Amino acid sequence: MTAKNQRLTLVLLALGAVVAAALLALSALRDQAAFFYAPSDVKRDGLPLGRAVRLGGMVEAGSVRRAADGVTVRFVVTDGKATTPVVFAGIVPDLFRERSGVVAEGSFRADGGFVASNLLAKHDEKYMPPELARTADGTMHETSTLDR
Amino acid sequence: MPSLHALANPARFLKIARPLTSVLFWLGVALIAAGSVAGLTLTPPDYLQGDTVRILYIHVPAAWLGMGGWSGIAISSIALLVWRHPLASVAARAVAPVGAAFAAICLITGSIWGRPTWGTWWQWDGRLTSMLLLFFVYCGYMALARADADRGGDGRIPAIFGIAGTVLLPIIRYSVVWWNTLHQGQSIGLTRSSIDAAILWPLPIMLVGFTLFFAAVVLMRMRALLARAKAEARMRRMARA
Repeated sequence: MTAKNQRLTLVLLALGAVVAAALLALSALRDQAAFFYAPSDVKRDGLPLGRAVRLGGMVEAGSVRRAADGVTVRFVVTDGKATTPVVFAGIVPDLFRERSGVVAEGSFRADGGFVASNLLAKHDEKYMPPELARTADGTMHETSTLDR
Repeated sequence: MPSLHALANPARFLKIARPLTSVLFWLGVALIAAGSVAGLTLTPPDYLQGDTVRILYIHVPAAWLGMGGWSGIAISSIALLVWRHPLASVAARAVAPVGAAFAAICLITGSIWGRPTWGTWWQWDGRLTSMLLLFFVYCGYMALARADADRGGDGRIPAIFGIAGTVLLPIIRYSVVWWNTLHQGQSIGLTRSSIDAAILWPLPIMLVGFTLFFAAVVLMRMRALLARAKAEARMRRMARA
């Protein structure tokens, strides 16, 4: 084995170790690095009570109710397997709409509801012109950010 | 095509690099201009985001080159450690600030895009945080490479850093797949894209244009670094005489 081959082997081993480290980090951080809880995570692992968390999912179709005071919004977040009712008082982001992704910052109540102090809209990876979206309306948001 | 070994001679490299720089530069600028006009005027707005979606023509190429720049540093680092290629450390040092600049453009345009769409300038989600880390790693690399060059090092220590930093590339790429993030998933795959063709088509023009521009700036910096090394060697010779 020449010195050059030896160095090549060493560098390739180092690269392999680096990639393995990345994969280990990714899988080890899988839960901790999650940006939000999905409703089914909460159902499975119990309520994370008493601390600020984020809840993410799709706004269930037909669930958005605006209260008479004009600022309070109630809606249901779903990930297809479980649902969580959310209440939020404030200005919702422009892209907040039914059947679209949302991330709510706030905390859980003991009854399983979620009180949001801030809402973030989460959009999916699809981009299309408005004409196209109109013809496909109703079906296109269904398969979105949470199914994987 | 000259082989890599032929390019090991800096004089021969410069003979090719000098005309190549302006060709790549002007071609890149022309494509960026064409892509910008197309992206700003010829494509329809997005059904949800409206005209905000046009940031993607800058944001995506910047992200691609921010990560591509580090791939370049990693490849140069391997060429330096294994083949002792004389231009490898110059190439890696030339790429670093350019890659860092594009990573910064990616972060800034992403922040501007996030405000109207998500409702926030910044969130510590997996994709955003790992990209910010890449920017910091670029900064660390530049400091290390400069310190190494100032002390007359042969670039081997920064090269090890260059290979270790590669850990971030798969993390950035798969952050949106492995973790739930605020950033949406992958839009563009090798064979299909979830961006409609009417919106997508200027993006490849911008990608090629940005890449050519990136290559031209790297070649300029490589020539400048080689010229400086040559001048310093001459000064040392004169000081000795």
